[in-house]
Amino acid sequence: MDRFKRVPISVQDPKERITNFDEVCLGYTEEEAMKEAQRCLNCKHHPCVDNCPVNIHIPRFIKHIAEGEFEEAAHVLAEQTALPAVCGRVCPQEEQCEKVCVLGIKGEAVSIGKLERFAADWARENNIDLAKTKEKNGFKVAVVGSGPAGITCAGDLAKEGYDVTIFEALHEPGGVLVYGIPEFRLPKDTVVKPEIENLKKLGVKIETNVIVGRTVTIDSLLNEEGFHAVFIGSGAGLPKFMGIAGENLNGVFSANEFLTRNNLMKAFRDDYDTPIKVGSKVAVIGGGNVAMDAARTALRLGAEVYVVYRRTEKELPAREEEVHHAMEEGIKFEFLTNPIEIIGNEDGWVKSIRCQRMELGEPDESGRRRPVPIVGSEFEIEVDTIIMALGTSPNPLIPATTAGLEINDRKCIVVDEDGQTSREGVFAGGDVVTGSATVILAMGAGKKAAKGIDKYIKEKYGEKAEA
Amino acid sequence: MYKIVEKKFLAPNIVSMDILAPRVANSAQPGQFVIVIADETGERIPLTICNYDKEKGTVNIVIQAMGSSTKKIAALEEGDYLKDFVGPLGRPSDYVNADIEEVKKQKVLFVAGGVGAAPVYPQARWFHEHGIGVDVIIGAKTKELIILEDEMKEVAENVYISTDDGSYGFNGMVTGLMEELIVKQGKKYDLVVAIGPMIMMKFVCLLTKELGIKTTVSLNPIMVDGTGMCGACRVTVGNETKFACVDGPEFDGHLVDFDEALQRLTQYREEELELAKRGEEKKCTCQHGGVN
Repeated sequence: MDRFKRVPISVQDPKERITNFDEVCLGYTEEEAMKEAQRCLNCKHHPCVDNCPVNIHIPRFIKHIAEGEFEEAAHVLAEQTALPAVCGRVCPQEEQCEKVCVLGIKGEAVSIGKLERFAADWARENNIDLAKTKEKNGFKVAVVGSGPAGITCAGDLAKEGYDVTIFEALHEPGGVLVYGIPEFRLPKDTVVKPEIENLKKLGVKIETNVIVGRTVTIDSLLNEEGFHAVFIGSGAGLPKFMGIAGENLNGVFSANEFLTRNNLMKAFRDDYDTPIKVGSKVAVIGGGNVAMDAARTALRLGAEVYVVYRRTEKELPAREEEVHHAMEEGIKFEFLTNPIEIIGNEDGWVKSIRCQRMELGEPDESGRRRPVPIVGSEFEIEVDTIIMALGTSPNPLIPATTAGLEINDRKCIVVDEDGQTSREGVFAGGDVVTGSATVILAMGAGKKAAKGIDKYIKEKYGEKAEA
Repeated sequence: MYKIVEKKFLAPNIVSMDILAPRVANSAQPGQFVIVIADETGERIPLTICNYDKEKGTVNIVIQAMGSSTKKIAALEEGDYLKDFVGPLGRPSDYVNADIEEVKKQKVLFVAGGVGAAPVYPQARWFHEHGIGVDVIIGAKTKELIILEDEMKEVAENVYISTDDGSYGFNGMVTGLMEELIVKQGKKYDLVVAIGPMIMMKFVCLLTKELGIKTTVSLNPIMVDGTGMCGACRVTVGNETKFACVDGPEFDGHLVDFDEALQRLTQYREEELELAKRGEEKKCTCQHGGVN
């Protein structure tokens, strides 16, 4: 065996997969997983653990896989994460744990993400009970939002003995895992739902259809419903638009709308009522993971798809694996291209998008070279659908209805090192604090806030609530 | 799951339902709406709140069975359950949080078109409870589609009716009746609140602009989540893009780009027809099976 080479993983053939919404990556078999796990050097100083936002003990779980002890591997994961099957699929491992893998210096890093996925899937398929909780302490914590931050915070607190209730605005729990990330990257029934069921097994209650800021408020939760603390993990749900002419024409959608219709509302299935409009030629504007998800969804719904991005391939913020899969599937990329106007037909539907070519200039504050328009380079791409995937910002509803909750100029909630906001007993974490980021960073923030809440409540009320 | 505790017909295809949803009943205010999902495969449908009873924990909604999804909801019976019921959504009407003394100085005319009478009712009731008299116009195509007339009479000073076919009350559109009241009879209003079909609100605004009367409209665009996430409900108000679900649903009618709003309403028309066809096919099998 070549220690510097990864055990290849099987994927659905591109020609086949563009006709369905089934998962692209098929995962390791037991044999493949053991073989890949055996490549791990089990380094004493384990840089991978330090580079994991939730500090999973990576060499330990991998060692168990290498020895065929899959259940033990799953238990190691459960110590630190409530969502291993999710993270194994959508984490940018190449930027985190795998980036610092010692094997990566001379060869290919261990496939940590794929091994995490393997152990989590194996535990689910074999009905392994991972729910271990301490005795109930009688304290009540409310968690706002059931995305990665909320799930992690709720799970950690439930394990510590807290009585946790999650309030979710939509009709399904999961947040971005359910409305945003498509089936072909993250299957809902087989992966997301069981992870949420695991949370319920820890005793976490989930109330859907509750919009905090409308149905209830942070203050009513604290003062009327008897919660000792609140965690806000309501994410960054507000889609951005470009502010160019023609953006309200029929056929222009936010990626949030397009993906929510398809993923949460299951518009791709004939037996569901929610409609989706894909047209025959689609331009997706943006270069992040959401842009790739929207583009690959549109492709599967039968359209010819362009991704329009103002920098080059090298600057694409999307994960390499997603870009690679998108290219394999036949998505066309228009790099160094920036839309300047959307042109409609006489009935108010999109006819084309007018763009200009860009070149890279001096680096901007993000460190990436700033795209500068090339004079006289304007051209049109004929499309009938345009999907804006330009990022999202936090929903202003909770700050607007919670007196004394400090936000910054990007509308994000401000927190201290424990995750506590300017309001006592009110914590926050995830995209609502950072602006749109990744699943794993939100989980890290949820974890930190859970520790902060534990500390806050114990300091204020003692070890156990008075009966 | 949200129980339908009472159901009655207000007109041949307009039903009124009391839904058990204590959290929504407890926080609902005039001007707000809910989103309803009938069953597992259903769409998220925004519906107006007609009434709410904090004691009983119920919210009353009025549904006109037009498309497949509203038909699906309207077909449910007393004792059945709606899969999802979320709200209250949107901002309450401006006057709810305004200085009550200022509100009392204004004479308000509500203009309700069709099922628009449902969201007008809690607004008129709010004024009534605050000791302020309001006038209400209820307009519909024909007599049998005039709803909530008796209820409205209990909370409004004057209730005027108009029907397009002249079968009841004033013969003509609501705008015709408005001209009759304001121009011919010389009635004075400081604010018009118009709620009904988009096209009606457009023409009411054209008229009140001419008459110089401030006008509030409640928009009913296409929505998915209703919480500001999808942007399907975007509407141009005074050259700015707003999301009707979180910035509205009520806006200054004189600033709304109604032509764009009307155009955006047609966005899923083909898909809606397709869905209706599928519904018909399903129904057909049912009949052969002897059910239904």
